[in-house]
Amino acid sequence: MKRHLISAADLTRDDAVLILDTAEEMARVADRPIKKLPTLRGRTICNLFFEDSTRTRISFEAAEKRLSADVINFAAKGSSVSKGESLKDTAQTLEAMGVDAVVIRHSASGAPYRLATSGWIDAPVINAGDGTHQHPTQALLDAFTMRRRLIGPDAGLGQDLAGRRITLVGDVLHSRVARSNVDLLHTLGAEVTLVAPPTLVPVGVENWPCEVSYDLDAVLPKSDAVMMLRVQRERMNAAFFPTEREYSRRYGLDGERMARMPGHALVMHPGPMVRGMEITAEVADSDRCTVVEQVANGVSIRMAVLYLLLGGNEPALTHPRTEEK
Amino acid sequence: MSKILIRGARVLGGEPQDVLIDGEFIEAVGTGLSAEGAEVVEADGKILLPGLVDLHTHLREPGREDSETVLTGTRAAASGGYTSVFAMANTFPVADTAGVVEQVYRLGKEHGYCDVQPIGAVTVGLEGKKLAELGAMHESAAGVTVFSDDGKCVDDAVIMRRALEYVKAFGGVVAQHAQEPRLTEGAQMNEGVVSAELGLSGWPAVAEESIIARDVLLAEHVGSRVHICHLSTAGSVEIVRWAKSRGIDVTAEVTPHHLLLTDEMVRSYNPVYKVNPPLRTERDVLALREALADGTIDIVATDHAPHPHEDKDCEWAAAAMGMVGLETALSVVQRTMVDTGLLTWADVADRMSFAPARIGSAAGHGRPVSAGEPANLTLVDSAYRGEVDPAGFASRSRNTPYEGRELPGRVTHTFLRGRATLVDGKLA
Repeated sequence: MKRHLISAADLTRDDAVLILDTAEEMARVADRPIKKLPTLRGRTICNLFFEDSTRTRISFEAAEKRLSADVINFAAKGSSVSKGESLKDTAQTLEAMGVDAVVIRHSASGAPYRLATSGWIDAPVINAGDGTHQHPTQALLDAFTMRRRLIGPDAGLGQDLAGRRITLVGDVLHSRVARSNVDLLHTLGAEVTLVAPPTLVPVGVENWPCEVSYDLDAVLPKSDAVMMLRVQRERMNAAFFPTEREYSRRYGLDGERMARMPGHALVMHPGPMVRGMEITAEVADSDRCTVVEQVANGVSIRMAVLYLLLGGNEPALTHPRTEEK
Repeated sequence: MSKILIRGARVLGGEPQDVLIDGEFIEAVGTGLSAEGAEVVEADGKILLPGLVDLHTHLREPGREDSETVLTGTRAAASGGYTSVFAMANTFPVADTAGVVEQVYRLGKEHGYCDVQPIGAVTVGLEGKKLAELGAMHESAAGVTVFSDDGKCVDDAVIMRRALEYVKAFGGVVAQHAQEPRLTEGAQMNEGVVSAELGLSGWPAVAEESIIARDVLLAEHVGSRVHICHLSTAGSVEIVRWAKSRGIDVTAEVTPHHLLLTDEMVRSYNPVYKVNPPLRTERDVLALREALADGTIDIVATDHAPHPHEDKDCEWAAAAMGMVGLETALSVVQRTMVDTGLLTWADVADRMSFAPARIGSAAGHGRPVSAGEPANLTLVDSAYRGEVDPAGFASRSRNTPYEGRELPGRVTHTFLRGRATLVDGKLA
């Protein structure tokens, strides 16, 4: 039994379903006049953000506050990667202050794993996104959104996503969202297809539990959900693709392409969206697009994760990744 | 100077013999030699090798004395069985002038643990733009024969060509750190299955192989010789094998860590495994072992790269690249090459002493263990088994990937021109 959430790959099917089910409970709290549970009263959680992310930080903060935890926000932007001691020193400072859990966002892949396994700190570590590695709560909220839409909130309880066909489109190479989603969706029984120009697919992808296609139009009719990934404009300067327009023509989602998807299929996006390039306004604003729901579901998922990691006497999640000696 | 009798040692792994040292030289090798007037070293069953020669060491002085100094580095070398090390040029200031190389050379002589042969930079400041004064470094007291911008690749084909041509005038060699810079921008580890999963930027094999291919062709074109530093991929082996079959004058080295460790270690995100070139795959490791065995790869060189604790006790991306290696090299070679039956001890003497001394023109080193030769010798207890404990390292830095691992073999004695620098595993 381990106490950290570092990678979506660390979750078993039962762990993941338990988190999704617990998130359904948590979602009900949001419908109450007083959106608060006393579960983590007296616990202190630090949101340790070495990289800007207002959306993720606010989502965790809302989740923590709804569980009545005391919240410290620590924005240590900038110098972290140029000189690494700051992570260790900061961790030890937080430890000395008696923090009960650390939610960490870092631009360096593996920083949360280092934090959890280097003996710098005893508190549970929750990965809120590390470099191009993992963003497990994002994958969980995406899976939660899919289960609600494709199966239904109540009918979905106890269910996984067996047999559902999910397509991820865009910059897989630099995407922690893609890595987390491939791992988690596979664990939940879904069939995942990645669609991207070959320059944005990592060397070594052949070992991932998914298919890879370069042809979006061929994949759309077979998709139960299509998740668009964010493409940073600076990728263009590094010759990952020739122009924004060419990218948009081949891998952007517009109304015409959306019409080729099955009637029940969803359009998803982890946000923030680059309208006009990855996704047209028409698609982004359509009923099929779950971007706003994903944000709301993020709070429920993070409440569930915090509750399960910190709420009981024993952590409820198993964690199979072997720790370093 | 007094006489020393090494009794019953298996010279180059052969039958037990006695070796009598008189002053700086070996006086006799044989059986039943008289111990009269000599201090006796009982070496029953141990392996006696010519003093090891490392063509690729980072001593960090001048400039980064917090990592290593010529003194601590040569003490580490003596502990590992080395009598000669070639010190890389990427110091602060860079060893790109006669003044800097002479200083490093002089410090080695003063300390007396191991001969230090400075390597000169190929280009001014390792910037790859303008040739350093290679001739002046060669003519200095240090007598530089090996030139390298190690840490950086001489990526400009014209500069590389000129360097290869220029050093022919005095029998020098250019040692290339083969790393195409554009293909490795931001690179953190071997590009492949593991990097894809871990989300760490990849260092593709082709970045090494393309430079090696270019440089062997350049060496052929201008009729010069080139040495390839720390070969790390199966593809590089194929290119060197092809070049040698074509008669191109190329030599190559492999590090101990590339003979043992793979990129699977990076899953720990522990920067002790962060090194350049990066740890590769099992397939690469096996190809490198085979190439070292069949002579495609000429030598083992440590790429001993000391770093202070704080440069490794951090997140992966922020950590420095490199591992210390002088004190564990022979053990790793025994584990990967001798205990596996790929090399005999005589082969080890070739790959770790004769050949590197020849490539680097290290006078007095890499000589046969026979009468009249300089008494540069290393005695190895090959039956020893133990866990690596960095606390006992002579190196100032402890960034070893082998902490707590069991490795075979232990150097018990090292002799530099007849004087013991290591006795019973302790520095003299």
